[in-house]
Amino acid sequence: MSITYLEAIREAQAKALADDPRVYIYGQDVGAFGGAFKATKNLAKEFPGRVLDAPISEDAIIGSAIGAAIEGMRPIIEMQYADFSTAGFNQIVNHAATLHWRTQIPCPITIRLPSGGTAGSGPFHSQSMEALYATYPGLIVMTPATVEDAYSMLLEAVAIDDPVIFCEHKYLYYHLKAESLPTEAMPTGKARIARAGRDVTIVTYSAMVHEALAMAEELATEDIDVEVVDLRSIKPLDTDTVLASVARTGRLLAVGEAWPWGGVTAEVVSRVATEGFALLDAPPMRLNAKESPVPFHPNLWGTHRPTARSIAIAVRQLLSY
Amino acid sequence: MVPKTISSHINVAETEAKRKACVEAFRWMLLARISEEKYASLYRGGKIFGGVFIGKGQEAVSASLGVSLRKGDVFAPLIRDQAARLAFGEPLIDATRTYLGSRLGPMRGRDGNVHRGRPRDGILPMISHLGAMIPAVGGVLFARKLKGETGSVGATCIGEGGTSTGAFHEGMNFAAVEKLPFVMIVANNQYAYSTPTSKQYACKDLVDKAAGYGIPGYAVDGTRLEACLDVIGHAVELARNGGGPQLIVASILRLAGHGEHDDAHYIDPKLKQSSLGQDCLKLAENFLLEQTWADSSDIESWQKEAAQLVEESVATAQREPAPDPGEEDWCPLATRHLSEGYNSEEE
Repeated sequence: MSITYLEAIREAQAKALADDPRVYIYGQDVGAFGGAFKATKNLAKEFPGRVLDAPISEDAIIGSAIGAAIEGMRPIIEMQYADFSTAGFNQIVNHAATLHWRTQIPCPITIRLPSGGTAGSGPFHSQSMEALYATYPGLIVMTPATVEDAYSMLLEAVAIDDPVIFCEHKYLYYHLKAESLPTEAMPTGKARIARAGRDVTIVTYSAMVHEALAMAEELATEDIDVEVVDLRSIKPLDTDTVLASVARTGRLLAVGEAWPWGGVTAEVVSRVATEGFALLDAPPMRLNAKESPVPFHPNLWGTHRPTARSIAIAVRQLLSY
Repeated sequence: MVPKTISSHINVAETEAKRKACVEAFRWMLLARISEEKYASLYRGGKIFGGVFIGKGQEAVSASLGVSLRKGDVFAPLIRDQAARLAFGEPLIDATRTYLGSRLGPMRGRDGNVHRGRPRDGILPMISHLGAMIPAVGGVLFARKLKGETGSVGATCIGEGGTSTGAFHEGMNFAAVEKLPFVMIVANNQYAYSTPTSKQYACKDLVDKAAGYGIPGYAVDGTRLEACLDVIGHAVELARNGGGPQLIVASILRLAGHGEHDDAHYIDPKLKQSSLGQDCLKLAENFLLEQTWADSSDIESWQKEAAQLVEESVATAQREPAPDPGEEDWCPLATRHLSEGYNSEEE
């Protein structure tokens, strides 16, 4: 028996609903229909009155979750696509993110963002928005790369007393499988060494972890030994694990599917440069998507985002310094 | 057939209830007016951090909502709701402390002036983005609905300018779809900062918007306390008894600047001379006197009492310490161990 990344998200929600009567799910088409991606399949039937369809009103969906959280509930909100969360952006960054700091009242909301690119999805169904949310104090931003993390981190997100932006990658929904659901989990805030290596450190997260791992296997045949660090959550960002890895390899390549300006890769490079300058044998590098909206056609999309191939080129460049 | 004696007894009881509500609301209006005049004067004296935003001209609407709500209801005040806040139970000292920057205030220096609240007591602190509080109040009511709790209502206020936002529409539609016990007060004070109504909406009357949401709408002369009490009180009771969301549009004129920094030179003098430009506080006083529900000595003593409460609260808050950046923990999260280390590294 195997379970996909998407099924893990569904199972985590089922467990959250079963374990805690304060949990409910609210979003567009999440009820009887089971969600645009079927992440809430059968949940409305299994948990009557707790998996509820919303009007197409992202501001009201997030705003209502804030009110419900004040009232003691723990809503799980599904944005149909991460891209549409900009229509609820104000409530997320100005209302949910500031509530606890302003009032000491916790705001335990989990906002699920089906994120990232898939072939043929185009500019408005492909975005990686994690950095946008990470810049606001008061939010936690999770970016699970594995089936196990998708499950355990979503459960942790629901349990956390703060608003959590849960960036689940659509490309991994069906591609990624595990044998079973995990019984234990790493805590949020800890990065994971996805592959140990001695020559170069790749720091990445979400779907790019798998591009990096594929690249690492390819380069292993050339006797290049790549270490891959999966950040798991980009806020908080586990600087210690990143620095420890760079201390072993002396070289850093930060990879992200998001756009290049600012963002997670810039943050990683900045932290390593300021806190681990002496550990570096070469200038740190970054690899991101191209500086353009995410293209529709698979030919263009496949070049827009980093891939195992483009990461391998960057690694060779880094090693040639 | 109801015997005559009982019928007249009911009328007496009703009249007495109206008198009580009117007197109560009037006294909150007085306290709101006197406290805000004090904050405005402190502002002019440079004693206030940030702006001062007063509800002069809106007190009848605001107080009527405040006295119509009960403990256990939820209320998200907007910037001109001093009267409703006080009537709903917000201690006067909260406003004074927040304006004067006392760290003992509910926001402890982290937020100011009208952005104060006490969520545990049902007062949601507004964010500045207009319309944003509508779905938040709706969310509290939605949660109560999910829990099967009935009997409470939620309310918030907005100006006519705020009705132009997407959040207003989304929030109203959400409340209507879920049939929440929600009361929306629109105080149409003719100007959104400097923008007149002609640049804000194109419908004949804002109350027409109610039909679009499939909910009842009421227009009321917001300068008349007795009318506001009737209409708002009725709408709150309907919402409380399962009647779903209610929209009330109160016509008034803002009798002050947008904030105390604003001389409001743009306000059309003809509007000031119109019935909208009348001072609701003066009209309410006249009404109480006409009804013989109060005499001039009552009103004078209420004024004195309100002024004394205001002076005491200012004296208290002025003696209190300001927030200390060294003692501020700068932690935005409830889950402290998940905070980034930026702030601690600076020390």
